[in-house]
Amino acid sequence: MNAPASTVAAGVTAPAKRPFLSPTSKRRLANFKANKRGYWSFWIFMVLFVASLFAEFIANDRPIVASYKGEILYPVLIDYPEEKFGGFLATTDYRSDFIQQEIDANGWMVWPPIRYSYQTVNSQIPHSAPTEPFWLMAKADRCTAYPQGDQDPNCRLGNLNWLGTDDQARDVMARMIYGFRISILFGLVLTICSAVIGVGAGAVQGYFGGWTDLLMQRFIEIWSAMPVLYILLIIASILPPGFFILLGILLLFSWVSLVGVVRAEFLRARNFEYVRAARALGVGNWTIMYRHLLPNAMVATLTFLPFILSGSIATLTSLDFLGFGMPPGSPSLGEMIAQGKNNLQAPWLGLTAFFTMSIMLSLLIFVGEAVRDAFDPRKTFR
Amino acid sequence: MPLTPARRSGDMMTDALLSVRNLSVAFHQGDAETLAVDHVSFDIRPGEVVALVGESGSGKSVTANSVLKLLPYPAASHPSGEILFDGKDLLKTSEPELRRVRGNDITMIFQEPMTSLNPLHSIERQIGEILEMHQALTGSAARIRILELLNQVGIREPEKRLTAYPHELSGGQRQRVMIAMALANRPKLLIADEPTTALDVTVQAQILELLRSLKGDHGMSMLFITHDLGIVRKFADRVCVMTKGKIVEEGTVAEVFKRPQHPYTQHLLASEPRGEPPVADPARPVVMEAKDLRVWFPIKAGFMRKVVDHVKAVDGVDLTLRAGETLGIVGESGSGKTTLGLALARLIASEGRIVFIGDAINGHSFKQMLPYRSRLQVVFQDPFGSLSPRMPVGEIIAEGLKVHERSLSADERDQRVAWALEEVGLDPETRWRYPHEFSGGQRQRIAIARAMVLKPRFVMLDEPTSALDMTVQAQVVDLLRDLQARHDLAYLFISHDLKVVKALANHVIVMRMGKVVEEGPSEEIFRAPKEDYTKALMAAAFKMEAVENDAVGQ
Repeated sequence: MNAPASTVAAGVTAPAKRPFLSPTSKRRLANFKANKRGYWSFWIFMVLFVASLFAEFIANDRPIVASYKGEILYPVLIDYPEEKFGGFLATTDYRSDFIQQEIDANGWMVWPPIRYSYQTVNSQIPHSAPTEPFWLMAKADRCTAYPQGDQDPNCRLGNLNWLGTDDQARDVMARMIYGFRISILFGLVLTICSAVIGVGAGAVQGYFGGWTDLLMQRFIEIWSAMPVLYILLIIASILPPGFFILLGILLLFSWVSLVGVVRAEFLRARNFEYVRAARALGVGNWTIMYRHLLPNAMVATLTFLPFILSGSIATLTSLDFLGFGMPPGSPSLGEMIAQGKNNLQAPWLGLTAFFTMSIMLSLLIFVGEAVRDAFDPRKTFR
Repeated sequence: MPLTPARRSGDMMTDALLSVRNLSVAFHQGDAETLAVDHVSFDIRPGEVVALVGESGSGKSVTANSVLKLLPYPAASHPSGEILFDGKDLLKTSEPELRRVRGNDITMIFQEPMTSLNPLHSIERQIGEILEMHQALTGSAARIRILELLNQVGIREPEKRLTAYPHELSGGQRQRVMIAMALANRPKLLIADEPTTALDVTVQAQILELLRSLKGDHGMSMLFITHDLGIVRKFADRVCVMTKGKIVEEGTVAEVFKRPQHPYTQHLLASEPRGEPPVADPARPVVMEAKDLRVWFPIKAGFMRKVVDHVKAVDGVDLTLRAGETLGIVGESGSGKTTLGLALARLIASEGRIVFIGDAINGHSFKQMLPYRSRLQVVFQDPFGSLSPRMPVGEIIAEGLKVHERSLSADERDQRVAWALEEVGLDPETRWRYPHEFSGGQRQRIAIARAMVLKPRFVMLDEPTSALDMTVQAQVVDLLRDLQARHDLAYLFISHDLKVVKALANHVIVMRMGKVVEEGPSEEIFRAPKEDYTKALMAAAFKMEAVENDAVGQ
């Protein structure tokens, strides 16, 4: 049964490789894949999200590439002054007839499929804003504001408002794409920050216990008993609104949501024998927390994350809706909903925002469900 | 001895109370299907005790649970078989009908008395519930019956215990309450699933005594599931030996123990821990010494949380341990033996002098202890709990090296890990596997390898064999003795299993309620125990006899 004494094994020469994924992770991945709805939601969401990261190449009021007098220009990436094309503005308005004719005469340009950015005002709307999507209008009515009517070279798909315009004549489609992106990014950053702080606080509380735990727990109880919405409104009305200010304000209250779970996991796991064994080996507190306890808590954390993500998105949207969110002019779904409420004669505003929100949140919830089930050791998929 | 299939079910009704025919149990996970029980057949006649013996994973508990259909259906299913009770096939009866059988004709007691009672209900209510359900007995009539039952199962002063909650009772008392619940409706068959495994040896002997007398009084049949051959020999009429889901041998106890036919049975019977402990040699250097060691937990009361009293977990223990020797610490659960070990390993605060390899370490902080940790190692009881499930075995073993021998390169560390795995008889190639891929015995070897890789002088072994099967236990004992001889280790061996202690320790300390009851060379203590408590312990462990004296609690 026993190996010969104290010789270093000959078999050591070819060390077996550590597998990339632990068997548990492999089983979880397989479980996740087995949940068709969640798996497909994940991919649809990823495609939409990655696409929205490149929103500037999809919906923009400047060409992606242009050639002007033999020089290749990248207006998407670089701000060229208008002098370059014989104008006088600091930044070039590529949508103006003058610049378009100038560039077309001396070269060419490639436009994104949608020729509006989120704050581009369409000055050629057929009637007063908000205007309906072009496919709701008769063909002849679509381009009445252009100099040559529907024969105008600019009366093309990229210039038509696919989902109509809002009450300031901005393209709804473009605003939706940018709004989607900013919602997701905001949600992700907020979720990651809350997770880091929440897991850290929960870990310290659960691992050290005693007075640390008691004091922090009481603090969290008081902290989470505050009327969050009113405080948010008050702070938002004092500080200038902006992405990071909003993030900070929401972070103040959102980190609490994970503390309980992580604390419970650490409280439970710190008495596990393998943790005691590590302590008997002389392994330090922080190493034990990181290497032995955190993986336990990560299951609970990861299970919660998609739901926190969708919660953060909903919070941002509601703040925007109330007008305490992102600064005026920024693309936001909440603001679009507010516009829809104010312009009931223009249902495309409310419907667009509604469908974007509901599809986005449903996808996230489906993914979250699949993740949760994948981490559940008792769940079996047939 | 397989049963002859020619016997008709007609005469079985007159013959057997319970007849399990060709029973199979399959578990499904995903597309995988595992056969946990494979065409098992056995009979239980009225008034007979049939023992189902086997190691963990042999399917004995699954077989017992299928009798009352307590398995997690539909993950579990029965591809074949029938279970005839009084001529009715329980596998085919409807759920309401089955409920009338459960707790009435057939009752069950489980292994873990800690978790099988509802912590929120008083004893009276727990027993009363069953009486109400099956006999519609309530009020004072029920109370009379409950008191009668509690008297039967030997609970002292049952009137005072009626309103007690499970946490106010000891493990043995809880198991007695469980038995009272099982007896409440005078069942024809009692299924006992390892009813004494979680109990101390002295309490185990008492419970077995109780079950035996109850069997006589009521004429019940019993299906007794256990891994302990000692219990079977003492207690059962017939025995079925199970391994890998099959019954490989069946017969009367006398027959099977005297002339085991199947190689597995022979292996099982031959696997009691054997061997001689190391010889004591007063000339060897002292590795660990403790003087008047105390671990007192304060009891605080009142608004100001003033300390009003102490729980004296360890109360003034002296010990000396020399290189190459083993000191056995025995006692019932709660006697403070593990606390003593943890205090010596400086994992909990204690008072009193502790000298380790010549240095007094009792005042050292965690940081100051660090240099000693590599030479002072601990192996814990539960091989399933002591290995982090998320780390490959190689990393688990290398963890101590990363703390104590920082100068090692990754390759050198890898070699040391491989060496440690070879030391404990495992293939070094397995070091990238995860703990769940190993059996219990292999895991305990890994835990030992984790201690050995640092080349310690002193190892505290906290019940390292208690969670293991018999055959594996003997192997681990051999391994430990082997390692000790090779590396001149000093062991502090904590166990309630006197057989293992006898095979390993040359010096024994018997502890009770934090104090040393008796101490001496192990040969002397096992041959001629002086104290009543030690005698009771020995009788319970080696003869399964309950000694009625004041030294043993209930």
